[in-house]
Amino acid sequence: MTLFTEFGRYLLMIKGMFSKPENWKMYWKELMHQCNEIGIGSLGIVVIISAFMGAVSALQTAYQLVSPVIPMSTVAQIVRDTVILEFAPTLVCIVLAGVVGSKIASELGNMRVSEQIDALEIMGINTKAYLVLPKILAALIVIPLLVVVSAALGIYGGQLASTTAGILSPAQYETGLLQYFQPYNVFFALVKAYTFSFIISSIPAYYGYHVEGGALEIGRSSTKAVVVSCVSILGADYVLAALLLH
Amino acid sequence: MIEVKNIRKGFGEKTVLNGVSVTMHPGKCNLIIGASGSGKTVFMKCMVGLLVPDEGEICYNDKDFNKLNDEERKEIRQQIGMLFQGSALFDSLTVEQNIMFPLNMFTRDSYATKLKRVNEVLDRVNLKDVNKKFPAELSGGMKKRVGIARAIVLNPKYLFVDEPNSGLDPQTSLVIDKLVKEITLEYNITTVVNTHDMNSVMEIGDHIIFMFQGKKEWEGSNKEIIFNKNERLNEFIFASEFLKDAKDMRMLEQTGKIDENRDMDKLIK
Repeated sequence: MTLFTEFGRYLLMIKGMFSKPENWKMYWKELMHQCNEIGIGSLGIVVIISAFMGAVSALQTAYQLVSPVIPMSTVAQIVRDTVILEFAPTLVCIVLAGVVGSKIASELGNMRVSEQIDALEIMGINTKAYLVLPKILAALIVIPLLVVVSAALGIYGGQLASTTAGILSPAQYETGLLQYFQPYNVFFALVKAYTFSFIISSIPAYYGYHVEGGALEIGRSSTKAVVVSCVSILGADYVLAALLLH
Repeated sequence: MIEVKNIRKGFGEKTVLNGVSVTMHPGKCNLIIGASGSGKTVFMKCMVGLLVPDEGEICYNDKDFNKLNDEERKEIRQQIGMLFQGSALFDSLTVEQNIMFPLNMFTRDSYATKLKRVNEVLDRVNLKDVNKKFPAELSGGMKKRVGIARAIVLNPKYLFVDEPNSGLDPQTSLVIDKLVKEITLEYNITTVVNTHDMNSVMEIGDHIIFMFQGKKEWEGSNKEIIFNKNERLNEFIFASEFLKDAKDMRMLEQTGKIDENRDMDKLIK
């Protein structure tokens, strides 16, 4: 199948999601279920990654910052900006592409192979709307929240590591955090978070929804979904940086 | 009434259905039989709208299913119940939740009313104390019965059953066949069964359609099938020597050539 055919099928899937729900209550229930699965289910790994990412970032920045003319509080400033601009949205979303993406692809793939999607279709349910849309909406709701949590934890992790290692005092770190703060960076991070959330949920949903074959194909589609999602995130990251950071 | 008019369906170069026309008898068990690869499953998938035929019409009460808009299709689909080969129960839901799912989606009844209906259909398929069990905790036969319960919970007009006996022992197969037949009569449903099990054919086949290489080769009832003159159908139903001998004996019996002191072993040899 050519890239254009795949992209066409992907667009048709997205278009097919928009129809009047058969029962709003059931769709709402499914959306809440997915928010819980994607958000709460990924919180643990996000907390661990973010804290260590901030800590390592602080230590490595301090190690490289050898000039006597640059104040050590700059470490906090660099940690803040790298965490907000890149680590929290991009790194966390790449990890989530693995965690959430493979889960979405394998869940839908299993439903396709075991004819559960066909069973829903025959009941008269729009499966793209009932199965795919809540996943995408849930990702758009909870992943930006996870990115915000990740940024906060990353910055806190940096403080904890730098004060524990005796590089900076808590007061110096706070001074550094407030230096040259640009709120636009948070906006940029959130734009990235929303874009990546859509990629993380819609690409695996596409691969899972269109699985053909058996258990082996579910595994293959899950792997392919994660790989394509990660590459798409990196591509989108570059495009957004080029467009929004001048 | 379901009418299939001259449908054709192919995948790439391969033609799977080649001009099949048939009218399903209302309120009866309509069986589609044929060897593996004869096009039975594709035919059934076209009928329920999971596949779109390349040519031809699938008419439900004279309305071509593939020419209807989404809302009209949904309406017809809500009159269809289907039991899948692998039962297709939702893994993450209990038996009760599985059967209640169509009720939750399409009715505004209270929980108590829905639960009552779930228990009614579970009782109808002779299942008790399984409400809180998950599909993984059930045997193959029980899964099929839950599948039937879910298919009939909204009182459908049409019931489609794909390979009801696959993976089941002969005794359980018989139970499922009888259940399908009883439900067809009780609810006055038009049932379409896809099978290659000759026991099912003889037990429940009010109207049988034999498919061969994507075409309808023969059509008749279970009373007519044994003495049919169609060579391909006979090759299919009397595939084993044992069945051929059984048929020969039945013919001899009918013509009065076997007396009560017959030597069965000699006859079979």
